[in-house]
Amino acid sequence: MQQPERLSLTFGALADPTRRAILSRLAKGEASVTELAKPFEMSLPAVSKHLRVLERAGLITRGREAQWRPCRLEAERLKEVADWVERYRRFWEESFDRLDEFLRDVQKGQKRTGRRK
Amino acid sequence: MPATESSTKFSARGDREIVITREFDAPRELVFKAITDPTLIPKWWGPRRYETIVDKMDVRPGGAWRFINRAADGGEHGFNGVYREIVPPEKIVQTFEWEGLPGHISVETLILEDLGGRTRITTTSVFDTKEDRDGMMQSGAESGARETWERFAEVLEGLKRKTAR
Repeated sequence: MQQPERLSLTFGALADPTRRAILSRLAKGEASVTELAKPFEMSLPAVSKHLRVLERAGLITRGREAQWRPCRLEAERLKEVADWVERYRRFWEESFDRLDEFLRDVQKGQKRTGRRK
Repeated sequence: MPATESSTKFSARGDREIVITREFDAPRELVFKAITDPTLIPKWWGPRRYETIVDKMDVRPGGAWRFINRAADGGEHGFNGVYREIVPPEKIVQTFEWEGLPGHISVETLILEDLGGRTRITTTSVFDTKEDRDGMMQSGAESGARETWERFAEVLEGLKRKTAR
C-alpha cells in the first residue's frame, strides 16, 4: 500500500474514540481481547471489530498464539501520522507567524510613507 | 472575545478536516494581497529555515501553483496544487499536495473575515484521497473525530513512555 493510502486508513481508524482508547491501553503493553473489552462494557465481537480496523490500518498486530492472541501497538504507523500532523501544524503555525510579521512591517512602512507626504 | 488573538489555533472537525484559525492585525485587502501576490509569497510562506521559491502561481480558477522550499544545504521540498475558487478578498479554495507524499491531496478553503481593520483567516483542510472518497471509515465520524487530535496526544504520551523504556 502507498503511504498516502495508509495514512488515510490510519486517520480513519483513529477517528473513533473507542479505538483511540484501545491504543492508549496498548501503549502500556500488550493485552488480550478480553482484557481490552473490560473497560468498555462492550461485547467481545464488538471489540474484535474495532481491532480488525486497527489491524488493517497497521496500528496493531496480533500474536499467533492460539488461545489469547495478544494485541500489540505498532508504534511506527502511529508515528507516521503524528509526524504528518505535526509537520502540517508547524508549517502553518510558522507561516502564519511570518505572515503576521510581514503584515506589521508593511503597515509600518505605509505609515512612514504617509508621514513623509 | 479577546481583543487580540495572535496565536494560531488548530482543531479537528469531522473525521477528515483540520481547521486552522489565526487573526491578523491588518485589513482584509492587505491580507488577501499577501496570500495571492507571487512576489509576497517568499516573505512568509513556509518554515523560516527554508527559502521559498515560487515556481508557478496562476491565481485564477483552474490555475496551478507550485512552491519550493529550499534548505540551506540545498535540500528541496516541492508543494503544488490548483486554485479552484478565488473570491477577492474573502475566499480561496485550492488543492495542496506535498510532493514528498504524492497523491495525498488535501483541499484547503481559506476564508478571510473582515473584523474591522483586523482579519481572521480560517483554513479548513479536507483530506481527499481514494480511501476518503470511498468513505471506508465512516464510523464515529460525528462523535469521535472531534477529539481525535486532543486524545491523540494522550496516545503519543504513552508511546513515548513505551519507547523510552
